[in-house]
Amino acid sequence: MVTEKDVSYVADLAYLELTEDERARMLKDLNSILGYIDRLNELNTADVEPMAQVASRYGVSQEDSGAMRPDELRPSLPHEIAMRNAPASDGVFFKVPKVIER
Amino acid sequence: MNMEPLTVESARTAVQEKQTTATALVDAFYQKIDAEDAAIGAYLTLCRERAYLQAAYVDALADKGDALPPLAGVPIAIKDVFTTRGVRTTAGSKVLANFIAPYDATAVQRLEGAGAIILGKTNCDEFAMGSSNENSGFHPVRNPHDHSRVPGGSSGGSAAVVAAGTAAASIGSDTGGSIRQPAAFCGVVGFKPTYGRVSRYGLIAFASSLDHVGPFGKTVKDVALMLQCMAGRDPLDSTSAEVPVPNYLEHVGQPVTGLKIGIPKEYFGEGLDAEVRAAVGAAIEELAKAGCEIVPISLPHTEYAIPTYYVVATAEASSNLARYDGVRYGVRASDGKTLAEMYRRTRDAGLGTEVKRRIMLGTYALSAGYYDAYYLKAQRVRSLLARDFDQAFATVDAIATPTTPTPAFKLGEKTDDPLAMYLADIYTVTANLAGIPGISVPCGKSKAGLPIGVQIFGKHFDEPTVLRVAHVVEHAMAAATNPLAASP
Repeated sequence: MVTEKDVSYVADLAYLELTEDERARMLKDLNSILGYIDRLNELNTADVEPMAQVASRYGVSQEDSGAMRPDELRPSLPHEIAMRNAPASDGVFFKVPKVIER
Repeated sequence: MNMEPLTVESARTAVQEKQTTATALVDAFYQKIDAEDAAIGAYLTLCRERAYLQAAYVDALADKGDALPPLAGVPIAIKDVFTTRGVRTTAGSKVLANFIAPYDATAVQRLEGAGAIILGKTNCDEFAMGSSNENSGFHPVRNPHDHSRVPGGSSGGSAAVVAAGTAAASIGSDTGGSIRQPAAFCGVVGFKPTYGRVSRYGLIAFASSLDHVGPFGKTVKDVALMLQCMAGRDPLDSTSAEVPVPNYLEHVGQPVTGLKIGIPKEYFGEGLDAEVRAAVGAAIEELAKAGCEIVPISLPHTEYAIPTYYVVATAEASSNLARYDGVRYGVRASDGKTLAEMYRRTRDAGLGTEVKRRIMLGTYALSAGYYDAYYLKAQRVRSLLARDFDQAFATVDAIATPTTPTPAFKLGEKTDDPLAMYLADIYTVTANLAGIPGISVPCGKSKAGLPIGVQIFGKHFDEPTVLRVAHVVEHAMAAATNPLAASP
């Protein structure tokens, strides 16, 4: 059972503020959805390996898939273009509100 | 010019044989979009400049008499979760309302490289989270067959433009059914290939172990043509598979005699609408008439697919969506005094209700004390669901099911009940969890005139068999669904 305290704790972890109304709604929805999810406990999975990825199912190893490549210098997005969508920038760095008081 | 019957194939042929020009096609499509899309709301952004440049390039090739590339002059639409260089890319979210992508997604680049013309970006549920397109941060999309009903989601815009004739074809993403479910609701063909078949480079991530890229078209042949141009290894996506790409078109139209088609009883149980049951039953009968052997099978863990999916998908989403913090791109809330406050206010203002709900659910499932109970448990059940398919495919070549439990529902019908909305994906999420290919093909209409889709699953990388079976259904059911598919 999710409590109001849990909602606050999880919202904090997720960097969400949420209004009073949103918190009330979230409490109701999370409990309803997690109640439904609880039916997974009907299954005994003690001897079942967790499946995190599909590729293992069709027998393509990481090496075969070409996922591992030589560590070589390659062209990347130019700095100026990468910065173009920044909400605040001094042209070189991203600007954010002050992190450290001194 | 009448574009309703225009397919990928006929558009390219018309340009190649100089019956029209690519530029004239683009003109005609934009005229239709300008006149008709406001009532449907399928497009978020049009990219006229880019479209006319590409059309001029294709026309120049045609003038020289060169053999044209496979999608030359074909006007298509791109779900707004794919990055498009120099064109606004929002993922249906207000937090990206001003984001101009600096590079093209691989799928986009390959389609354009094959001569396709990108008309614009289509509306979708925010970050592809939804089954009705009502979670768009901008406006909902209406079903072209009945404007009071949803087109399905999350790729609702991409399904609607094909149904409405405001694009010849389109692409979408499918994390739990987001291509196949709207294809069924809008009466078009939607194909989610095997996990790893199409690169996700430039696809805005929702749940990385479940996200797939695939095409929408008016016909099975059209989705085969589109997939052909997108499929294959991409060094920019480490999860794209190093598996040779067959010639899909060669398999469309091949006989299906002797193929074993599994019918899983769990997909025909309680909650299946009677008209959907009848239409899908008729499609299966046609497969039998075409020489398939119909085999009753069981996928015993099916009822656990939705709970498994909503743990795995939300856990991955909570991590993927941490990047929307107002620092590097997107809309920043300006009133945050500290960095943490800026993050929170940006996310509060920029993200919609369903997205926040899923971030909360996923963060909860991954949090200390709950990781084993929810996330690890769901991953173990995911193994069981994948094993169900492995066992079934040891005896059958393909599996046929309904795509959705009901035809398109009304706007507003499920918006207050997230769980009811999640159940709209009950027959589609399994293919994402197992990573197998699945297609939805129209197989009839309800008495109210709403399209109904049948879904065909295949083995990993056996897109050819899926297309073969889908094509037989399409032709057999054409009289009831789509006069375009009736021609050989």
